[in-house]
This record gives sequence, C-alpha cells and structure tokens, in this order.
Amino acid sequence: MKLKTTLLASAIALAPMAAMAADLTIGFSQIGSESGWRAAETTVTRQEAERRGIDLKFADAQQKQENQIKAIRSFIAQGVDAILIAPVVATGWDEVLEEAKDAEIPVVLLDRTVDADESLYLTAVTSDLVHEGEVAGQWLVDEMNGEECRIVELQGTTGSSPAIDRKTGFEQGIEGHDNLEIVRSQTGDFTRAQGKVVMESFLKAEGGENICALYAHNDDMAVGAIQAIKEAGLKPGEDIRIVAIDAVPDAHKAIADGEMNATIELTPNMAGPALDALEAYLADGTEPEKWIQTESRLFTADDDNMAIFNEKKDLGY
Amino acid sequence: MTSQTIGPRPSVMRRILPQLVILAVALALNVAVFPEFFEIDFRNGRLFGNLIDVLNRGAPVALLCIGMTLVIATKGIDLSVGAVMAIAGAVAASVVVDGHGWGTALLAALAAGGLCGLWNGLLVAVLRIQPIVATLVLMVAGRGIAQLVTEGKILTFDNPGLIHLGAGTVAGVPTPILIWLALGALVTFVVRKTALGMLIEAIGINERSSRLAGINSRVLLVCVYLVSGLCAALAGVIVAADIKGADANNAGLWLELDAILAVVIGGNSLLGGRFSIIASLIGALIIQSVNSVILLSGLPPEFNLVIKALLILGILVIQSPRIGNYIYLLKASGPQPEPDAPASRPTKEETAR
Repeated sequence: MKLKTTLLASAIALAPMAAMAADLTIGFSQIGSESGWRAAETTVTRQEAERRGIDLKFADAQQKQENQIKAIRSFIAQGVDAILIAPVVATGWDEVLEEAKDAEIPVVLLDRTVDADESLYLTAVTSDLVHEGEVAGQWLVDEMNGEECRIVELQGTTGSSPAIDRKTGFEQGIEGHDNLEIVRSQTGDFTRAQGKVVMESFLKAEGGENICALYAHNDDMAVGAIQAIKEAGLKPGEDIRIVAIDAVPDAHKAIADGEMNATIELTPNMAGPALDALEAYLADGTEPEKWIQTESRLFTADDDNMAIFNEKKDLGY
Repeated sequence: MTSQTIGPRPSVMRRILPQLVILAVALALNVAVFPEFFEIDFRNGRLFGNLIDVLNRGAPVALLCIGMTLVIATKGIDLSVGAVMAIAGAVAASVVVDGHGWGTALLAALAAGGLCGLWNGLLVAVLRIQPIVATLVLMVAGRGIAQLVTEGKILTFDNPGLIHLGAGTVAGVPTPILIWLALGALVTFVVRKTALGMLIEAIGINERSSRLAGINSRVLLVCVYLVSGLCAALAGVIVAADIKGADANNAGLWLELDAILAVVIGGNSLLGGRFSIIASLIGALIIQSVNSVILLSGLPPEFNLVIKALLILGILVIQSPRIGNYIYLLKASGPQPEPDAPASRPTKEETAR
C-alpha cells in the first residue's frame, strides 16, 4: 500500500517534467492567404517549427477575426504551450487574449500589432514599415550621389498603413537632399496591373526621359511598371532606376536581369525570432522585449539574385 | 455632313449624341489638365500617347459592357463578370505554364468563361432565380475558383503569343483596342442585322408576353449570359496577358460595377428593353477618360475617388429624364417655336444630297 502511494506520488511529481521534455505544441492562427507574401510566411513558419521539432497546429482564418478568435479558444482548450497570431485587424482582441493569459499560455503576435494592453501578449514580431521606406530613400541618396533626380512614386492602397508608412519613411530617407524631388505620386493599389497603368500615365505626363527614378511601395507594382517602361522604349534599371520593397522572387529575377536596381526585404520569417523568444521564455522565463523588429535587408545587383530567386520561388510567393 | 451618308444612320447618331457630347467634355477635361493630351507619336514600334492609353486601358470594361448591355436589355444583370475574368485569366495562364500553345490557352479560357455564363444563364432562365442573386453566387465564389487554379499565387508566364493579346500591337495599334472594336462591331452587326436584338428587347420589356408571342425566351436568356461570360473571359485573358501573369486576387476586381456604369452612362435602362451597344462602348470610354483625368491631374491619390464620384454624378445628372425635360422646355420656350428635330432633319438630308 505504501509502495503504491510512493509510486503514485512520484508519478505526479514527474508528470510536469515529462511534459517539459516532450516536444512543444504551438498553435498558429494565420490570417489567410490573401497575398503571395502571406503564403510564404505560412510556409516559413511551418519550416521553422519543423526544424525545431515543434508540433505546429495551423488554423487558417480566411480573413475573418471571428475565425481567429475561435481558433485561439480551441488552442486554449487543447492546452497548447504557446500561441502565434497574425492578427487580421488591430481591435477586439482583449477578451480572448485575457482568456489565454488566464490559461497561462504565452501569445506572440506576428507581422502586425493589436490595440490591447501590452501585458496581454508576450511580444510582437513585426517589420518597421517606416524604416523600410527609409532604407529605400537612403539607397537612392547614395546611388545619385548629389546628381539631380526627379522621382515618381507608386503608392500602395490609399489609406493603408504600409502605404502611409512607406511613403513617410522614403520622404525621411531623402530629406535634406535637394537634388532629389518626388514629382508625381499616385496609388497603384499594390497590384501589377495598376502599377503598369499608372506608370504609363507618369511616362506621358512627365516625359520618360525626365524621370530618373521610380520608388514603388511594393515589388508587384514595380514589376508592372517595368513592362510599361519597356513598352515606352526605355530601359528599366538604366534610364529609370527602380527601387521597391518586399523582395519577392520576381523582384530578385528582375534585379538579376538588370531591369530593377534594389529591393528591401520584408522577411516572411517572422516565426524564427518569435519561436526563439518563446523557447527562451518557456525554458527559463526570459522575458523578451515587447517589440522584436525584423531586419529590413537591402538587396541590389551586388547580391546573387538568381540564387535567392531559386531559394524563394518555392516558398509559395 | 458626309458622315451622314457613309456613317451610322441619323437615328443612331441621335441616340448616341448625348454620350458623344459627354465624351467630348471628358476629353476636353483631359486637355485642360494636360495640354498635350492628343499628341500621338510612334515609339518602339507602337502608337504612343494618352488617347491610345484611353482606348487601350478601356478595353476590359468595353469588352465586359458588350455582354452586360445584352444582359441588362433582358432586365437582368451580371455581377459575376469580374470574377469570371479572374477565372479565365487563371485558366489561360495555367494552360500555357503547362506547356501548351496560346491558341489552346485562349480556347480553354473562353470555354471556362462560357461555362460560367452557362451556369448563370441556367440559374436565371431555368431555375428562375433573380439575376442579381444568381450571378452573386459566382461573383463571390469565382475568385476562390481562380485561386484554386493559380494555387494562390500570381501565375506568371512568358508565352509570346498569349502576351501579344494583351501587350502586343498589330500595325502599331495595341491588340486589345482591335479586339474590343472587332467584337463590338460583330455583336452589334449580329443583333441589329437580324431580329435577335429586337427579341432580346422584347424579353426585357415583358418576358411573359414575349413568350406568348412565340419567342423562346429561355434559350435567349441563357444565350445572353453565355455571351457575357465569353466577353468576360476575353477581358480576363487580355488583363492577364498585359501583366504576363494571372493575379486571381486583383484581376477584374470591381470591374463588374464599372461595366454596369458604362451601360448606364450609355443611356440604357436597368429595367431592360431598348439598348445600344455603341452607346455603352462610348460609356466605357467616358469612364476611362475620367480615370485618365485623375491620373494626369497629378493630385494626391486621396482625391481619386472623390473626383471620379463627382464627374460620374455630373454625367448621370445631365442624363436624368427630369433635366432632359427641363432642357427641352427651355428650348421650346425660346425664340424658335418649332421643335428641333423635324426642323433640322430636312436640312441635313439636303446637304447630304
């Protein structure tokens, strides 16, 4: 009888340790697959989890917050070790984050932040959109080296935060350099088709030979604009310098072909830093910073773009 | 005045006169914001100028509004055309990516568009579902289907034949312009040189009595939705070819609304009945001219939608029957007591002779 009690007691005592040793289970509530970048983020998150031997439970919210909240509740019910969320909107998360906190499950936000108390989540891993624009502006400042340059800008969807921040960042980047001037700025809705249409109108309104550089808020618009420039009989990358943001595979290909000059990476690897922070926190309670900023890396013709293209093309972009 | 003899008949001219006036005003606005608007030069083997852009960029809406005019003439509406464009573009892209020729791709895309049209037609004509609801099904689901075809990414291709349909030129003229002009002429010819146009109008005015009069309205209804689907497929192929890639998320997004607007600006009633494809096509050009004003004006993009809304509102107000009556009364109370039309007609005929 006594032996039995001892066994039982030690089993109870050992149980949490056994759980610790077992693989981590992490729930990931993804927004959906509205863009190539989003699909790549999902692929990279799965790869990162697999590499670390983490059991990743994936839930696709199909652009709906209620689906995300449902997914998070089900993760809590399943007793996962941590939750990753790429929030579709900024508001309305307090209640469900509170529930996760009560269940002592750490939550990490990916790619976007939320309007909720900081204590409700462990950390947020995002890129700095303003910084991305700054890097683009700085690149052009260095490239022109004091020469006169009339710039046209293809903005993202009017009113969206990437469009606002990337515009602000670029303006900060070229501030104080009077040789650089943005002469036209219009929205291309982040799409190839609109990028091409708006570039066509820029080329006519300003005259192709009077435009020295194009700054596009994403690579897709730049790829569309490259076609418009070619159809106007000019050489993209030479006659008109092109810098854009995102570093999608097609942009690397365009740089390799000499039709584009630079792109700044919005890394799809948000999960890597997030999982690093989570593993450290779960192992010995190390509190990470509330905001982990991902690197905004600049790619130019100096990089081996074909190799990067081949590496990236299967990520789902 | 020679246009009276070799051009469209006077009745057609009178029908499309308001649209032509509005188009002229829209083009004048373009000149106001950008004086070199009408300059066209020959560059890199193609005609290059803002006017060419208006004709070229208006192609998708122009193609859509050909089918949409017929559908609206039967008192129907086709909300699915934007999504059908995405499907057709995705199908064409995936066929050439699989290594087939551009002809096969075009046929496959047209088949996909036709199938979508047939589906809409059957829902409307056979199951008697209201057109706005019936076509809403595909409007919502269509983009999902297109994403399944492209596996959620922008499917890029470099088949020169297919690209030629969207970005190429024939004798310096961009191919899309020739395609919409040809299709517009063909459909107008078919519906006006046969009784087909009148039968379609009969269905729109009163379907029941048209059936009692012996018109097979069911088959005709399926046919107009089929034509709409085919037009949308062609537009989808052009849009995909233009950017050398099928973008299931954005191809044709909201274009169904532009197509309906073009038909309305063309003076066609949403309640069905009499229609004019030429007027709708001019409507499409008016919309594109308005877009062009916005792009050339250089105003910040925050103003885009406001400017477009104001211009479109102005156009519709000018066309409203109330305003028309008012203008007519103003004219009638003027120094010339006789109404315009009968007085001017004989003189025109005289000069024509």
